[in-house]
Amino acid sequence: MAAIELDSVGKVYDDGTRAVTDLNIDIADGEFVVFVGPSGCGKTTALRMIAGLETITEGELRIGGRVVNNVPPRDRDVAMVFQSYALYPHMSVRENIGFGLALRKVPKAELNRRVEAAAAKLGLREYLDRKPRNLSGGQRQRVAMGRAIVRQPQAFLMDEPLSNLDAKLRVQMRAEIGTLQRDLQVTTIYVTHDQVEAMTLGHRVAVIRKGVLQQIAAPQDLYDRPVNVFVGGFIGSPSMNLLTATLRRDEQGYVADFGTMSLQLPPAVVAARPALAGQAGREVVVGIRPEDMDDGSLAGVQPGRTLSGVVELVEPLGSDLVVHLTVDARRPQDLEDIAELAQDNSVAGTAGASDAGGGTLVVARFSPRSTVTIGQRVEVAVTTEQIHVFDLSTGAAVWDAGVPASAASN
Amino acid sequence: MTATAGSDIVTGAINRGPAARIVARTSAGALRLFLLVVALIWLVPTFGLLVESLRDPATFTTGGWWQVFTHPAQLTFENYSQILKDGAITSSFLNTVYITVPATLLVVLIGSAAGFAFAWIEFPGRDWYFLVVVGLLVIPIQIALIPVVKLYSILGISGSLVSVILFHVAFGLPFAIFLLRNYFAGIPRDLMEAARMDGASEGRIFFRIVLPLGLPAIASLGIFQFLWVWNDLLVALVFASPSNQPLTVTLANQTRQFGSSIDILAPGAFLSLIVPLIVFLAFQRFFVQGVMAGSVK
Repeated sequence: MAAIELDSVGKVYDDGTRAVTDLNIDIADGEFVVFVGPSGCGKTTALRMIAGLETITEGELRIGGRVVNNVPPRDRDVAMVFQSYALYPHMSVRENIGFGLALRKVPKAELNRRVEAAAAKLGLREYLDRKPRNLSGGQRQRVAMGRAIVRQPQAFLMDEPLSNLDAKLRVQMRAEIGTLQRDLQVTTIYVTHDQVEAMTLGHRVAVIRKGVLQQIAAPQDLYDRPVNVFVGGFIGSPSMNLLTATLRRDEQGYVADFGTMSLQLPPAVVAARPALAGQAGREVVVGIRPEDMDDGSLAGVQPGRTLSGVVELVEPLGSDLVVHLTVDARRPQDLEDIAELAQDNSVAGTAGASDAGGGTLVVARFSPRSTVTIGQRVEVAVTTEQIHVFDLSTGAAVWDAGVPASAASN
Repeated sequence: MTATAGSDIVTGAINRGPAARIVARTSAGALRLFLLVVALIWLVPTFGLLVESLRDPATFTTGGWWQVFTHPAQLTFENYSQILKDGAITSSFLNTVYITVPATLLVVLIGSAAGFAFAWIEFPGRDWYFLVVVGLLVIPIQIALIPVVKLYSILGISGSLVSVILFHVAFGLPFAIFLLRNYFAGIPRDLMEAARMDGASEGRIFFRIVLPLGLPAIASLGIFQFLWVWNDLLVALVFASPSNQPLTVTLANQTRQFGSSIDILAPGAFLSLIVPLIVFLAFQRFFVQGVMAGSVK
């Protein structure tokens, strides 16, 4: 087990394509770090550079204090779980799991003992003599895990290990991977595009976009204090609603003015954001999470805490009601981040930020006791304490004036 | 960690009722019948050769091999015992073996190593070298005969078994490399990388991953190469000295010297035919589909 340090690591391919830029991440011994981001953001490339399957063109990578930029994969002592599992089809489960040990000339008796132990841990004992083709998807995934844990490596690298499983199995295996990592205490880097996996598994989550680290923080910090519009929109499902507002000063503090509606920023929100002063009188992006909105007729309508909209779609989930409504406000159009988020959302099948009619479509999570129907005009109670404010031109979150956007809350 | 295995086991074929199987069989019946007829027609000359090789030479002038159906008494093993006593035939049969086995093994070994390198090892100019190999495929053997004869006399190996073997290896390799490179390139990259992560060197990857997974292609290449060399007449005729000539040359000489010495030709030809058949049947079990099943996804 070892710490992994990425020091200004970057990757430029021979044809000039830049995949990863200036990645600075220190991963502590035994830590579970998740790289998350939309597809093609460079997270897998970063992982493959740590594995040694991809050359590092810039910066320095250290595993356990040793610089390994030019060390081949077999001498880095890290194990990898591939998205495709990459099991050796001509070998039995036993041989698959033991292959790495056999190559390292581990004595036969010890090899058998360790393979058996790994198989027992993963519930694979009865399948040791089967070939991969005679296993189910979940079992193949376990064999791939077994191949990694049996070697007792310095670190585990996992490249979207659950993406080929069906939803139910994925949830189960996700929990098992979490438990396994806690038991073994091995430094783990896990790549996924699924933010639920990222949030549930990671001690810290690194959000990567276009090869650039946006923010690395504990899951709750990431949710509570996103450093920019991209992180705010990427973390959380359904994703954060982003609206353009004019930040107006009044006697009680600040008001986000959407035109026909406005929200009063509570004192706590203002106190946490000294930089708001610099945005007064300017247009800003206001972020409101769906879970911070509720049916006004149930939660109560108060001035400065209410938006009004027309219901376009109601999706009952049992636990809550996902309500799509159009509100009379503008969506920030110019930010590149938002265009990318919208694209990513439509791929993921969640609520996109497409506009309907005259207003902007927002998504809210109402209490299941709400009785709203399609076409109805509703008052939406907003928990303004949880509101997020971003700079309209840069997309950076408005917090302390001095904190740069991408290095915050590390 | 708990496992809920048991419910999600994937077994082989879907279990179907006998009626469903009969329906499936009969619908393919017409095609099967057609293929059977074609196969039988193709087998007639071979069968005729077998029968002819078993007939008493004295009866050859009285009519064709089909006479055995009315005169089974014509059958005898005499021809075979004659040619097995014939030193020229047995030594040329052995020569064929001495030429074919190394020429096949070398092509398979060198071809698979080169195929692996062309498919999976990065080196400068790799794809250009491979294009050259592909280009060599279209060079006819005949063009090379005279230059190689000259080359062999300089090297001092004219007429030897080695000279014949080398020629076969040289002309077998382009196709071998082409075939195996393309097959190996189809092995998922993740498998190589998984092996690399597991600590395998390139050599280990070749022997432990690529060779076992490439067996279907290697087996078919082996059979092709074996048949080409075994049945070759031209190369042996040009390069082999009389004492080193293989069975094909010896048999061809029979027709020249005696006009029609069918009592030697028929059993000799059948002997020459039966060995590749055995090789084919032996290697046939490596022709399996779905070697990669269960590997990725």
